[in-house]
Amino acid sequence: MMPQSPPSISSHALLEVDNLVVEYPVGSRVVHAVSGVSLQIARGETLGLVGESGCGKSTLGRAVLQLRRPTGGRVLFDGHDLTTMQGDALRLMRRRVQLIFQDPIASLNPRRKIGDIVAEPLVIAGVKDPDKRKQLVHEVLSAVGLDPTLVVGRLPHEFSGGQCQRICIARALILNPEFIVCDEPVSALDVSIRAQILNLLEEMKARFGLTLLFIAHDLAVVKAVSDRVAVMYLGRLCEVGPSEQLFARPAHPYTALLIEAIPMPDPDVRPAETVPVGEPPSPIAPPSGCRFRTRCPRADQRCSDEVPELRAVAPGQFVACHHPLI
Amino acid sequence: MNGNYLLSVEDVVVDLPTPRGNLRAVDHVDLTVGAGRTLGIVGESGCGKTMLSRAVLQLLPKKAKLSGRVMFDGQDLLQLPPEKLRKLRGRSLAVVFQDPMTSLNPVLTIGTQLIETLQEHLELDDAAATRRSVELLAAVGIPAPEQRLAQYPHQLSGGMRQRVAIAIALSCEPKLLIADEPTTALDVTIQAQILDLLAREQRRRHMAMIIITHDLGVVAGRTDEVAVMYAGRVVERAPTPALFKKMRMPYTEALLAALPKLDAAPHTPLPAISGRPPDPTRPLKGCSFSPRCRYAVARCQDEKPALEAAETKAHQFACFHPIEAHADANA
Repeated sequence: MMPQSPPSISSHALLEVDNLVVEYPVGSRVVHAVSGVSLQIARGETLGLVGESGCGKSTLGRAVLQLRRPTGGRVLFDGHDLTTMQGDALRLMRRRVQLIFQDPIASLNPRRKIGDIVAEPLVIAGVKDPDKRKQLVHEVLSAVGLDPTLVVGRLPHEFSGGQCQRICIARALILNPEFIVCDEPVSALDVSIRAQILNLLEEMKARFGLTLLFIAHDLAVVKAVSDRVAVMYLGRLCEVGPSEQLFARPAHPYTALLIEAIPMPDPDVRPAETVPVGEPPSPIAPPSGCRFRTRCPRADQRCSDEVPELRAVAPGQFVACHHPLI
Repeated sequence: MNGNYLLSVEDVVVDLPTPRGNLRAVDHVDLTVGAGRTLGIVGESGCGKTMLSRAVLQLLPKKAKLSGRVMFDGQDLLQLPPEKLRKLRGRSLAVVFQDPMTSLNPVLTIGTQLIETLQEHLELDDAAATRRSVELLAAVGIPAPEQRLAQYPHQLSGGMRQRVAIAIALSCEPKLLIADEPTTALDVTIQAQILDLLAREQRRRHMAMIIITHDLGVVAGRTDEVAVMYAGRVVERAPTPALFKKMRMPYTEALLAALPKLDAAPHTPLPAISGRPPDPTRPLKGCSFSPRCRYAVARCQDEKPALEAAETKAHQFACFHPIEAHADANA
């Protein structure tokens, strides 16, 4: 068993996160937001990252992009370590990576026109020719299903949540990035609009050859778009594996609990009686050993003494548990 | 409507004046809830489900215009003087909102808020009210309830706050509990716990309940009847098992189809509903769903279908071309 061996894809990884640690002070105490996470994302792959609020999944996404500098560990993007990169080098690298946020309305400047918002990355990247910028803005707005001539002169408040998310996606795509972190991109949207945006992300991924880190708390949404899924709990990875395999045969009790808790739109499926108990403990004082042990039906002494390392339980499926389900 | 129902909403219309013109939030809605029964109201944002619940509670914005009749427990709430209404709300008509942080007072302790509600409606002295508060917190699954009484809302997690809000709502043994998106702000594991808690207390107290949600999954296992709302109207209404067995209104079917399924393979394109709901200040002449409906024909644009029963009296839908008719036509 290799300690914290990242679920390996091979050497084709576009992104490699190695033992990433993010901690930040709150008063005199420390929040252990991300505690030694390793993962790899292959070029062209979508990795889903799920977990409850406060589990560190958004912090991980931001630390990958160096929007929050990690406390420890490395983030290799296409072979370059982003954590040691500064200034211009980092700025140049950032053109290749983008971020889409949860709240599309809040992530658009309410006083700027859509055309300017979408063109801004080009301005920052030094595209000086206004005609060129205009042309690229029109292209990318058409790609996300908006009519550029109707849209560019208007303000964000004139658009619905779903349309604002399309605009955010257009802005993220305009520099032709290779990698996008999608942080709960559809959580704020209605069911009918959510499906449109998920389909759009899939289309854009195929069209622009993107690699995605898709962060969400909704397992069904994550499964719909991800090749592989990583489950996170209180700053650590519990399980990583191919989506279908992970949902069909979860190895970690926490993964099983998450799947069980999803309300099924079928009245014949009675809500599970094995109700998940309790709530996650505070990341300020996480439990010793396995962090899930305080809610785990299988926990024993070993779980409080020893931190479980990720290890293979099936081809491509890795679990950090002393008593896995498979 | 007869008096067998605890709540009956009759031809309720809610109009809101906006700078863009009149916004019809609720458009001639009829609904009933029997004692001890659970009704799910499902719809997307802006469909009027929350305004409908506010109309029942008589908590509409000041400028809103309400017409119709809301009969609750033998009284017409629209005719009730404000003082009587206030006595009714919190006592026999309780509500749990989506965001427990905004429904709890941040500068009062949990105990103060619970005891205040109890003493407002029931003749309890301080000791009895405190005792009852502790019991209530224990009943909604809050550990160490005595200590919690002295805590403030910000000291609790979102799930715990929602439990407190439920404890306050249940404190005076209401006959009807309206839960407006009670779990939307919560994580999936906490959501399951809160929904189970509501179901358990509802059964135990023989209380009627309305669950308002955008998630068909939430109503599937936990309601007796479902009403689907779109653009201010109820467009389909049926006993829950009947609805999921045979959805008739294309919107209901599309709403279910648009949900990502756990048993579908990754990267399966979702059958999305194209477009978006109509502008509520610019009502359509025909069926509100017709611009997005794949079955729509000319008649759907010109004429509004009424909510009517078909083969069973309980299953109503507002559609000229309900789902099965199409299957027959294609067969």
